[in-house]
Amino acid sequence: VNAGARLPDAVQHEQIALVDLLDRVLGGGVVITGEVRLSIADVDLVTISLRALVSSVGSSLARGGEGDLAS
Amino acid sequence: MADEFGSWLYAVTDGTPGEWLRGASGVGGQPVRTVAVAGLTAAVTSVSLAEFGEEPLRRNLENLAWLEAAARRHHHVIEIIARHAPVIPIRLATVYRGDEGIAALLSARRRDFAASLGRVSSQTEWGVKMYAAQPRAAPGQPAAASGPPGGVPEASAGGAAAGAATGSGGAGAAYLRRRRQQVVAAKDARQAAVASAQAIHATLGRLATAALLRAPQGAQLSGQASPMVLNAAYLVPDERASEFGAAARKLADVHPGVIIEPTGPWPPYSFAAVDQHEMAGPQAAAGPAV
Repeated sequence: VNAGARLPDAVQHEQIALVDLLDRVLGGGVVITGEVRLSIADVDLVTISLRALVSSVGSSLARGGEGDLAS
Repeated sequence: MADEFGSWLYAVTDGTPGEWLRGASGVGGQPVRTVAVAGLTAAVTSVSLAEFGEEPLRRNLENLAWLEAAARRHHHVIEIIARHAPVIPIRLATVYRGDEGIAALLSARRRDFAASLGRVSSQTEWGVKMYAAQPRAAPGQPAAASGPPGGVPEASAGGAAAGAATGSGGAGAAYLRRRRQQVVAAKDARQAAVASAQAIHATLGRLATAALLRAPQGAQLSGQASPMVLNAAYLVPDERASEFGAAARKLADVHPGVIIEPTGPWPPYSFAAVDQHEMAGPQAAAGPAV
C-alpha cells in the first residue's frame, strides 16, 4: 500500500527527478551578493524557471485526478 | 560583441577538488577549473557571455531543456566534490565577470565559508516529501463514484424531477450523498495526514542536526495525485544516516495516512547558508506554493 516508504540506502539515483533537482539548485544553494558578480539566481529566477517547468508539463498532465466535489 | 567570457561558480570547498574534477563536464559541456585562495577552493567554468550573460541567461532559464542541462551539470560538479570533502553549493546561475571576482569573494568571506564548511562537514542532506494518502473507500462502497448510476444527470438529482424517476432517496440522491461523504472523508484524511506529517517531521528532526521546511511542490510538479502536505529537508550526520533511513521507513508504517517519499542523500543545498541552521518548526503545512 505505502509504495513510497522505501528509503534508497544511499544507492544513487540513476537520474534524479527534475523537480527535486530544481527544488535544490534553485531553491537551495548559497546566494552571494556583490558588485563583481555579473548575474545570480534570485527569487525571481525560481519563478521564471518554475513557469518554464509548469508550462512544459502542463499539457501532458492527466486532467483533474480524483474528482473533488468542490470543483 | 566579441566573445567575452564569465566564470560560472558551482561550489566552494576546503578540499582539493582539482583532480576530482579532471574530465568532468561542466555547464555548456565545458571543463571545470579551480580558483584557490586562502585555503578555500572554488569550482568554476568559463562561460560565453553570449549565452550566460545576464540577458541571454534570463531567456535561457525559461527554456526547460536548457535549464535542465544546466541544473544537472551544476549538480554533477557539486556532487563530485561532495564525495570527497565538505562543500558549499552555490545557487544555480551565479556568474562572475572573471576569476578575480571569485578570488576576491573567497578572501573577503573566508571566515563565513570556513564556518559554513565546518557546519556541514561529514553530513548530508535528505529530503522527505510527504503526501496525504488517498482515503480508502468504506466497505461496500466503490472507491470513487465515476458518475451517477444509470446515467441520472447530476443537476436534476436535487430537483423535483428526481423524484419522478427514482423516488426520493433514489439512485440520484444516493449518489450525491455518497459523493458528499467522499469529500468529507478526503478532507478528514488530509487533516489527519497533515497532523501525521508534522509528527513525522518532529521525529526525524530529532535525528538531524538541522531541519527545515521547503515550499510543498504543487501537484502539477510532484507528479503525485495526492496533495503534498510537507516538503522537509534534514541535515544528517553520516554516522546517523542509516538510523535516519530506518526511522523514516518505520514512520511510514506507523502512519499509513501519509505517503513518505525520501530523496537523497544530497549535498547540503539547504543548509550551507549562514543563517539557515536553525530547526524550523513544523508549522508550514499550508497549501502547495506553485
